[in-house]
Amino acid sequence: MFLQQVLNGLTLGGIYSLVALGLTLVYGILAIPNFAHGAFYMIGAFVALYLMTSFGLNYWLAMLGAGVVVAVLAMLAERLVFHPLRHASELHPMIAAIGLLLFLEAGAQAIWGADFHRMTTPYVGIIEVAGVTAPIQRLLIIAAAFGLMLALHVFLKHTVMGATIIAMAQNRDGASLMGIDATRVALLTFGISGVLAAVAATLFAPINLVYPGMGQLVILKAFVITILGGMGSVPGAILGGVIIGLAESFGAFYISPDYKDIIAFALLVLILSVRPQGIFNREARVS
Amino acid sequence: MNRLEGKLGWLLLCVAGLVFPLVAHHDYMLTVMSTAYIFALATIGLNLITGYTGQYNLAHSGFMAVGAYTVGILTVDHQWPFWIAFVCSGLICLVLGFFVGILSLRLKGHYFSIFTLCVGYILYLTIEKWDGLTHGVSNIIGIPAPVVFGLSIDRAVPVYYLTFVFLAIGTWILHRIVHSLLGRTLMAIRNSDSLAESIGINLMRNKVLAFMLSVLYAGYAGGLYAGAVRVLAPDLAGVDHTFDMTMYMIVGGMGTLLGPLLGAVAVPWVTQYLQFLQEYRFVVFGPLLILLVIFLPNGLVGLYYAKKNRRASARQHGATTGSTGEASHGTSASGTTPSGPASPRSSADTPAQNAEKGHA
Repeated sequence: MFLQQVLNGLTLGGIYSLVALGLTLVYGILAIPNFAHGAFYMIGAFVALYLMTSFGLNYWLAMLGAGVVVAVLAMLAERLVFHPLRHASELHPMIAAIGLLLFLEAGAQAIWGADFHRMTTPYVGIIEVAGVTAPIQRLLIIAAAFGLMLALHVFLKHTVMGATIIAMAQNRDGASLMGIDATRVALLTFGISGVLAAVAATLFAPINLVYPGMGQLVILKAFVITILGGMGSVPGAILGGVIIGLAESFGAFYISPDYKDIIAFALLVLILSVRPQGIFNREARVS
Repeated sequence: MNRLEGKLGWLLLCVAGLVFPLVAHHDYMLTVMSTAYIFALATIGLNLITGYTGQYNLAHSGFMAVGAYTVGILTVDHQWPFWIAFVCSGLICLVLGFFVGILSLRLKGHYFSIFTLCVGYILYLTIEKWDGLTHGVSNIIGIPAPVVFGLSIDRAVPVYYLTFVFLAIGTWILHRIVHSLLGRTLMAIRNSDSLAESIGINLMRNKVLAFMLSVLYAGYAGGLYAGAVRVLAPDLAGVDHTFDMTMYMIVGGMGTLLGPLLGAVAVPWVTQYLQFLQEYRFVVFGPLLILLVIFLPNGLVGLYYAKKNRRASARQHGATTGSTGEASHGTSASGTTPSGPASPRSSADTPAQNAEKGHA
């Protein structure tokens, strides 16, 4: 039973980490808490579902399509909403992000309706090893999520494009002086965050449901993760995601499934009352 | 126009509010208006912590729900009289606000907002899941109508006046707060907390105080909601209501007395005309919110003051370039400091300060 919970925790953790990575990258570049990120996640699931049901695309192609659509959407959001506000106070982009969130959720509801949809997956089998029942979809989520994180790591650390993102996150002015185009980096970052959200949503949708409000809880937990791991920190987002995922699956099993959604937030309150700067963060956020 | 900014303007608003039931030819209009007043009261509180102190609290509707459920639980399950329960609704929020405040205000800026978003969700989940206390999703029904001087407030007209009186009192108290030393302290914190700290302002104490006062408003708005609507569902705690209040604040103008009132009354009426959109209204309101934040960040009231400043400075400019000797005379009537032709934009950026001078 213990291993079973570890497996469930890693599944959840993988999804949370992917979503939190998108958030943390955007925060690192633009210092915007993108409240609309959960809506990107939701749109990703709907687009994949639409491609699968209306065009009969297979699961992986649909995931790819969703990634492209949401990346374009995220880049549009950067251009139309966040770029004009780059000189505003820190309050205004936050409110604009909320406007975007409300628009996307209402838009999805207007197009696809408020109903719950089920997404089918070609991988319905179950593997049993040493008393642990592992649905293939869950193993797939873990493999794909951590594979994607590895790819992101390679991209950020070993390509010039990735290096521009890191440079911009470290010091905006310095990066501009080195000839890095801030606009291009911002677009690229939003695009990547959109792809991560869409892939996470398409991976998770078959063992969950697709509906307009599906992004709300996930984004809240991703925020918790980024606060714990330090906003803008990539390893923090991954580790934080796994911790929250495990805490939730063990909490649901040993405490009560009714309150499993509260666990992440309770953990946040608890940790921040002891360590306001988060677990992995050395930089103080204390007033 | 300038005369309208002072006491006279508020008096006119008051009179308009008092005679509204005489011109409203439908009870439905009164109900829309009293609901708008209740949310306006809560928005005033949000404005105190966000508009004046610069801390965007996303748990605000959670506190409103705590106030409402206090009244609901005490009157329905424990048969307390409405008004005693009502007094408790604010006090409980005050106590809860103290603890949430000392915890969350250790975080700054974005972190504070994200943290309070999570606090709001905890409040919502607690209300929804704790069936034994809050009736959960089966809602609290049958809250008794409040009784004032032997008159039961259960019809549209008395409910309207009840909410109106509370909104008027709430606005007056905020006016007093904003013009006191505390109000100026809060604005100093909003404008720059390190600068405020350097002149000896205790950041934590003042922020917590502002937070507590702000959720006190939310609590009483919730208590009033329980008395006026008399049915409570967990949705009241949902962050969507905080988003609505944000919208009211942004439309009218953050950090002004009048702005949130204007927004809280105007937006529900616009929503009434967008009835055909129903739950899709955010397809329109979402982009509207973004456009407002980009092009009109200080709302309608901010727009008014920006225009006024521009006119004043243009007049001053004309006076100084012309050879008539009455420079700076043109601006003295409005009470704004002569800002010179170069700075109308920068002075337009802080409507709160201008608003204050207007009311002084």
